[in-house]
Amino acid sequence: MGLVATSRVKSPWILHYCTGGCNGCDIEILACLTPLYDVERFGILNIGNPKHADLLVVTGPVNWKNADVLKNLYEQMPAPKMVMAVGACACGGGVFHNCYNTLGGVDKVIPVDVYVRGCAARPEAVIDGVVAALDKLAGLGRGEG
Amino acid sequence: MTLTTVLTALGALVLAPLAGGLLYGIDRKVTARLQGRMGPPVVQPFYDFFKLAAKKRMMTSRGSGVWAWAYLLLTMTAFALFFLGQDLLVVVLVLAFAGGALAYGAFAVRSPYAHLGAHRELLQMAAYEPILLLTVVMFAMETGSFTVCGVLAAAGPLLPALPLTFLAVLIALGIKMRKSPFDIAACEHAHQEIVRGVYTEYSGRYLALIELAHWYELVLVLAVVALFWAQPLWVGALIAAGVFLLELFVDNLAARLRWSWMVTAGWGLGIGFIMINMVLLRWLA
Repeated sequence: MGLVATSRVKSPWILHYCTGGCNGCDIEILACLTPLYDVERFGILNIGNPKHADLLVVTGPVNWKNADVLKNLYEQMPAPKMVMAVGACACGGGVFHNCYNTLGGVDKVIPVDVYVRGCAARPEAVIDGVVAALDKLAGLGRGEG
Repeated sequence: MTLTTVLTALGALVLAPLAGGLLYGIDRKVTARLQGRMGPPVVQPFYDFFKLAAKKRMMTSRGSGVWAWAYLLLTMTAFALFFLGQDLLVVVLVLAFAGGALAYGAFAVRSPYAHLGAHRELLQMAAYEPILLLTVVMFAMETGSFTVCGVLAAAGPLLPALPLTFLAVLIALGIKMRKSPFDIAACEHAHQEIVRGVYTEYSGRYLALIELAHWYELVLVLAVVALFWAQPLWVGALIAAGVFLLELFVDNLAARLRWSWMVTAGWGLGIGFIMINMVLLRWLA
């Protein structure tokens, strides 16, 4: 891998957006930042700004109100960028499946690279998902994404 | 200006990004350890830099791109002037213009977050600029010269005569390094009070330019600290390293202060210390 490819894998900055789930997955994502999991050792930073982010982590089923917000956030991220859907709701609607107010999954609005299952997804699964996304970003082709 | 001086300045210009990047890497590692975490590798700032530099270019305003370049080039100018042994007043003023450029770039876009950050950045500068300028005046009072060469050629170290000025410079260093309790415009790390403050609208390679300028700035400010003990210079370098570590501890011990406290600390304590130092020197002399 070249210098730039290595740097991309070593420094993924995450933008976290919740599209109206129960906050269970959000808590688990934030748990990754705590000393127990400490994702900063892999260079992962939770950054609050789409213009600085490399990886968009979405939780919750997308509803009609925030689909535009999600699309807007995605478009503000400079390429190369990845999208990770965390939890059952983000993957396919989950418990909100077929509700009249939800769209049923992040991939109805923006392209998703990695799906992390679970209700709520465990921090280990979230970290696994990030690794899969980075493999895909590096073009190694051994990710699950 | 001899050939040696020019070569020193060129060498410093090339080596400073390496040193600055490593210092920020040490910063992140020490901070993580103080918080009971492993922390990223020491070379993490370089990964961040190359990743940012290779991202697709996205600009909300052409002005902000120009100002990001201005920030880097002006910082490098101040840096080169310092290592050429030139006038410290000019160095401080060019550095001030560089800091202003960062804020003007944030003003060039319409994002309220960027504007808020830019206002705070200018406020930070208002808090620490008088300290740096008065420190240079104190150097001149002690050595009879405003230049770096003059300080280096002085008979003995300055710290025994200027202890209170040194304390004031520590306050300025905290503000300049954007560390708690003075990180109000935007923090280097993932603090998100006002999204990213002054950096909100900079992205990709422009953010990388700003990172690079920060590395130069850090080395330059630490070099100013080292001037307090320039005979021999390695003692000054040790003092600068100690001050850098002290700053990391303070960053982790202190909570962020309101902006009014920062101005109070900068003007009240900082300028107060220097004034007392000045009066004592005159009185003893």
